[in-house]
Amino acid sequence: MVGLGAVGGVAALPLARAGLRVVGLEAGGWLNPDDFAPDELRNNVRGWPQAVQKANREVPTHRPSASAPYSPRPAIHPMMNAVGGTSLHYWAQSWRLNPWDFKVVSETTRRYGASRIPRGSTVEDWPFGLDELEPYYELVENEIGVSGKAGNLNGKIDPGGNIFEGSRKHEYPMPALRGTGFTDMMAGAARTLGWHPFPGPAAINSRTYQNRAGCAYHGYCNRGGCHVKAKGSTAVTTIPKAQQTGRLEVVTQATTTAINVDANGRVSGVTYLKDGTEYFQPADVVLLAAYVYENVRLLLLSKSRAFPNGLSNNHEQVGRHYFSHNQGATVTALFPRDINNWYGLPAQGVAVDNWADDNFDHSALDFIGGGNLWVYSDRRPIGAANMTTFGRAPRWGSEWKAFIKQSADRWNTAYLQKTTLPYEDNYLDLDPTIKDPLGFPVCRITADYKDNERKVAAFIQDKMVEWFTAAGAIATEKGPIGTMGPATHAYGGTRMGDNPDSNVVNRWGFSHEVPNLGILGASVMGTSGARNPTLTAQALAWRTADHLAKNWKTIAA
Amino acid sequence: MATPIATLVPSPAVAQSAAQGQSAIGRGRVLETLSAAEAETLEALTARLIPSDANGPGALEAQAARYIDRALGGALASSHDAYRSGLAAVDAYARMSKGSLFAQLSAADQDAILRDMEGNAASGFVPDAATFFNLVRAHTIQGTFCDPYYGGNTDFVGWDLIGYPGVRLAVTPNEQRLDPRLTPTHRSAYEHAMFSRKRPARASLEDEMSPWPRT
Repeated sequence: MVGLGAVGGVAALPLARAGLRVVGLEAGGWLNPDDFAPDELRNNVRGWPQAVQKANREVPTHRPSASAPYSPRPAIHPMMNAVGGTSLHYWAQSWRLNPWDFKVVSETTRRYGASRIPRGSTVEDWPFGLDELEPYYELVENEIGVSGKAGNLNGKIDPGGNIFEGSRKHEYPMPALRGTGFTDMMAGAARTLGWHPFPGPAAINSRTYQNRAGCAYHGYCNRGGCHVKAKGSTAVTTIPKAQQTGRLEVVTQATTTAINVDANGRVSGVTYLKDGTEYFQPADVVLLAAYVYENVRLLLLSKSRAFPNGLSNNHEQVGRHYFSHNQGATVTALFPRDINNWYGLPAQGVAVDNWADDNFDHSALDFIGGGNLWVYSDRRPIGAANMTTFGRAPRWGSEWKAFIKQSADRWNTAYLQKTTLPYEDNYLDLDPTIKDPLGFPVCRITADYKDNERKVAAFIQDKMVEWFTAAGAIATEKGPIGTMGPATHAYGGTRMGDNPDSNVVNRWGFSHEVPNLGILGASVMGTSGARNPTLTAQALAWRTADHLAKNWKTIAA
Repeated sequence: MATPIATLVPSPAVAQSAAQGQSAIGRGRVLETLSAAEAETLEALTARLIPSDANGPGALEAQAARYIDRALGGALASSHDAYRSGLAAVDAYARMSKGSLFAQLSAADQDAILRDMEGNAASGFVPDAATFFNLVRAHTIQGTFCDPYYGGNTDFVGWDLIGYPGVRLAVTPNEQRLDPRLTPTHRSAYEHAMFSRKRPARASLEDEMSPWPRT
């Protein structure tokens, strides 16, 4: 297993339980609750714990198109290396995709006609629907501990949850995180608009769960790890459970540099560096579970006689169908009163799904898809002081000071995740000039938002302004859509599908070209939906691991 | 490691603040990266960006300049050259446009120079004045509103200014309602025993020299 983060850390558990011996190679080390101080400067401003990471030495480059100049390269990679990976400090919003997300092409064609698929998009239906993934979502929700409120239990709609979600067999293992004065106020405003507000799902304990404490709501969850293990990182859930079987060996500080193949074109193991020494780890099966950019980079770097353009790339699909989530284009509101956002966490909020996916009629609109509207309670002092002044004050001096003294707790920025599609000219490859300190090229992103993404963003921002205004906001400000540079929500590059001419892995997550190579993570996802990817990537990882355990003799033969 | 000890000449802003009894001066300064002259200019800049006024103490009392001085020897080391050249450019521009070092000008003249910098009208900066203005502004905000462990936000004046009720390791449902009327905790994250053993490396020289809690 290359990488013991959000997905590798999940997949290790069903493998170990099935009696397979797993070696997990992790580029980072172990972190503990006392590493996670409530320190905004370190966590949010200086990018700890990412600041000492392998990932930071290989930040991808970005250019909007093949003919455009490069964007400024960020100093800090959005993801981190550690046992548990970025699941240590992520927001932990743990959504299932909605049914439409699996069937974008066929459902759009059926309802509006094939001409409504945006020009140049390479989007495909997934090789299966939500019903296929539902049992794996449930397994992961139970193992990492997800709190939430079901809106569709076996077809029975409950307005306390998301009425637009696909059918679930069981309620969440824990009730949703509690509301706050502010989120209750926002939920009330949504109802006055005729919308359907509900608490979002989170891999955060709302009460003690499997010997881990309930959330302390202390306000430093955002890019900080959890000091009470309430966040269901794989580092405190599935990885220790897998270790308890005695069949998961964790190798820390191990930087994988190549996946090796034998003369028959089968994977034979991986090469890694630890403490300056190069090792070869033989393996019957390799599961590649780094982040999207590193999955693609390792494949492209692993060249051999059988795979001269990179491992599993004889169909030239590695790096294709890449996209990052359309999660810019925020809306920030100013209220006429304090809203007490000082504590809480990004996963403690209220969602509206009325304008997501195909939950509304697009007949008279000029785009497909939509967005999930999310407001939450989360504020720290440096961030508060850096608030926008809504054009009502200068940026410094006594007037500014008076403004922030009054307004530091009067603003809120909504998190708006919107449909994003893959396009033929958005892709990942190796940068021709920029290298990491080991001399390997970094990943290069060539990608930009297209018309559909821009239209969705404008539509969703208008809906958010409507919601904030209904809640009493006295000013709103729209943020830019941003670029498609290195992102926390990256997708594609090793897409899953039945057709090897347009997909790298098959419906089980194994390479079309290399039968004993499995690929885990959002790099296999072909659509984004309007919600965070991690739980879906984890459910897919469990499913791939389950498939491997059940078909070991065939796959490892 | 060279650690020049400097006694700063009170700037007009400091003197004014001292008259109000809120001064940070007189505690003795251990500068870690900046020269005394650079520190004096920087402190005067921060004092105008977030002034002491009717709304209470500002960046001077928070000791944002002390935060920056320390950070330039650590996490912000890559900005040290920008400060050396930028602070010299501030004083050169102050002499040229107002006839005196920045710290010795009136508040009104200092504000005029800051406006020139913000609007990129001030000459003599590399790459330009607005870049240095934005750098100092960002770091002044960090130094005023950060955890006091890092040498700024002294006596929690930054957190009190904006009403941040402080670090709590657990928050009750009532504390998340509207109008909760919370009492500020006035504690650094690293005053909690759980985190005091793993403080960030070299946040400040003073921290290495003297035992926690703060002196």
